Amino acid sequence: MKDPIIQIKDLSKCYGSFRAVDELNLDVHKGEIFGLLGPNGAGKTTTILMMLGLTEPSGGSVHVCGYQSTGNPVAVKRKVGYMPDSLGFYDQMTALDNLMYIARLNGLGENEGMIRALRMIETVGLTADKDKKTGTYSRGMKQRLGLAEVLIKEPEVIILDEPTLGIDPSGVRDFLSLIKSLSREQGITVLLSSHHLHHVQQICDRVGIFVKGKLLAQGNIDTLSKALFGHEGYVTSVKVAQELPQPWPKDAELMQWKGLERISIHGKEVEFTCSEDLTAALVRFFVKEGYDVLSVHQKEYGLDEIYQKYFEAQ
Amino acid sequence: MKSLNFLFKSSASSPFNVMMRKEMADHIRSWRFIVLIILIVLTFIASMYVSLANIRSATGNVNDPDHVFLYLKLLTTTDNSIPPFHVFLSFLAPLLGISLGFDAINAEQNSGTLTRLMAQPIYRDNVLLAKFASALVLVSVLFLSLALCMIGGGLLLTGVRMEPQEFLRILGFVGLSIFYVAFWLSLSIVLSIRFRAAATSALSAIGIWLFFTVFYQVVLNLAIRSFLPDPAGLSPDQILKYNELILDLLRIAPNQLYMDATTTMLMPSVRSLGPMTMDQMAGAIPSPLPFTESVMVVWPQVSGLIGATVACFALSYFLFMRREIRS
Repeated sequence: MKDPIIQIKDLSKCYGSFRAVDELNLDVHKGEIFGLLGPNGAGKTTTILMMLGLTEPSGGSVHVCGYQSTGNPVAVKRKVGYMPDSLGFYDQMTALDNLMYIARLNGLGENEGMIRALRMIETVGLTADKDKKTGTYSRGMKQRLGLAEVLIKEPEVIILDEPTLGIDPSGVRDFLSLIKSLSREQGITVLLSSHHLHHVQQICDRVGIFVKGKLLAQGNIDTLSKALFGHEGYVTSVKVAQELPQPWPKDAELMQWKGLERISIHGKEVEFTCSEDLTAALVRFFVKEGYDVLSVHQKEYGLDEIYQKYFEAQ
Repeated sequence: MKSLNFLFKSSASSPFNVMMRKEMADHIRSWRFIVLIILIVLTFIASMYVSLANIRSATGNVNDPDHVFLYLKLLTTTDNSIPPFHVFLSFLAPLLGISLGFDAINAEQNSGTLTRLMAQPIYRDNVLLAKFASALVLVSVLFLSLALCMIGGGLLLTGVRMEPQEFLRILGFVGLSIFYVAFWLSLSIVLSIRFRAAATSALSAIGIWLFFTVFYQVVLNLAIRSFLPDPAGLSPDQILKYNELILDLLRIAPNQLYMDATTTMLMPSVRSLGPMTMDQMAGAIPSPLPFTESVMVVWPQVSGLIGATVACFALSYFLFMRREIRS
């Protein structure tokens, strides 16, 4: 396997006696979308700032694109685009001027900068508003302009801190699919932090769960849910129109089935925990017994459950 | 920006130049800079008007050893209705410096642009340096053009030839004023790093300014009266020593340094800024000093101003370089 593009080793950051980041180890590989997931105050932003050399770690090291962030921040910042969580632009300047300023700071000439700025504005869909002052921009527009600004330096890695904060659901979907397509087309490595599970679930290849400065688990969502809920196997819940009596007379009969481990009844809903997939057989059974089946739901574990599970453990 | 773009049609320039250009454009477009320019230009015109009305009597006064220096007289003559320009400037220059620097860093931090700026491949010190240098370039241009306008206007109105040393003295005055603004500018940049709210840093800068212009002398007078012995019971030598001590204490205030230095620059007959003994005075002919001698007299003041500026600037580096940037 190739060397990881972001390599974090035993990274710590203390503010007085408070440990914001505690012995963090993390590798992110080229081209993947990594989601850093954690509640507010978990140390996500601090970790990101240390990756960019904007704050000094108390211990450990960060290598991004082969450069050490603390010792050589300018080289790192040439390769990395960073979008902070509270995004601000120079309100008295137009969107295009804001972009051109960043382009110039990245050493692009006037002509090349202008060509790239216009292309980026088109990519994020702000062509019609490019000559408006950014003071009049909405949050979603600023977010997209922020992405354009991150991309204008043609980075190898982009780091997005809470990119979905404060935009409406359809905006979030558009924004995330834009990030995903950009990453896939141009092979950009994306690291995004969020406390919003569903957004991360939509686009991330791998997820790290980050609580109180520690990385509790990492991997793709399948592996994470297997690791956590593997012992529970398959869970199928069936909802019927009739009220089920308590105790249910069919209970004993069903418990004879091979692979069925537990049955729990809540009103009109029955939940079966099985070691193998019995969904189809269960539905057939219900129909045969004359129940009107309203819905059958095979439970998949999303980040919500994973998250919940970790917090229970805390 | 469009109109400025063609002026700087270079290929990629260094991040420092890019930031300088942007900062200067921001200052020129900002209302507060325009207001201050108007204020300074108006006081300049008012003091020039008064001095032009009195220039005939001032240059005709043969008892004044400086009467031959028409252009220096233009800057310093007044009929006491309003103070001369350099006294005005000792009040306005701090205001100019403070207004250009008080929100240099904290405004960017509060609007969230500082984090974005720092995420670009630039060195941190370039940000500070660009903020400082851009404001200073504007102030220098402003002062220099005012001085040159005055010289040109004087030439047109009077037709009197200018002495080379007059020109040097006026340039020296402009240079001193720039350093004076630089001190207040770097002080207000330090405060803008220290305080998150722009209002707090502006108020504390104005507080420091007021303290030095108004209260410092009052406080010092009170302290002297309570601590120093009664002058009636002292020998002349001791009085002289105490006087020098008091003057030295007064010179902690930057506006005192500036006033001392500009007075010596613009009035060639000023020989010493402290008390002089009869021995020193004996045999002295009241005549103007050459330029280099005047420079020698004010050199301690000048180095004091430069030292204070450099100290403030170094402090701003110290505060900013290792600071965590988050919004």
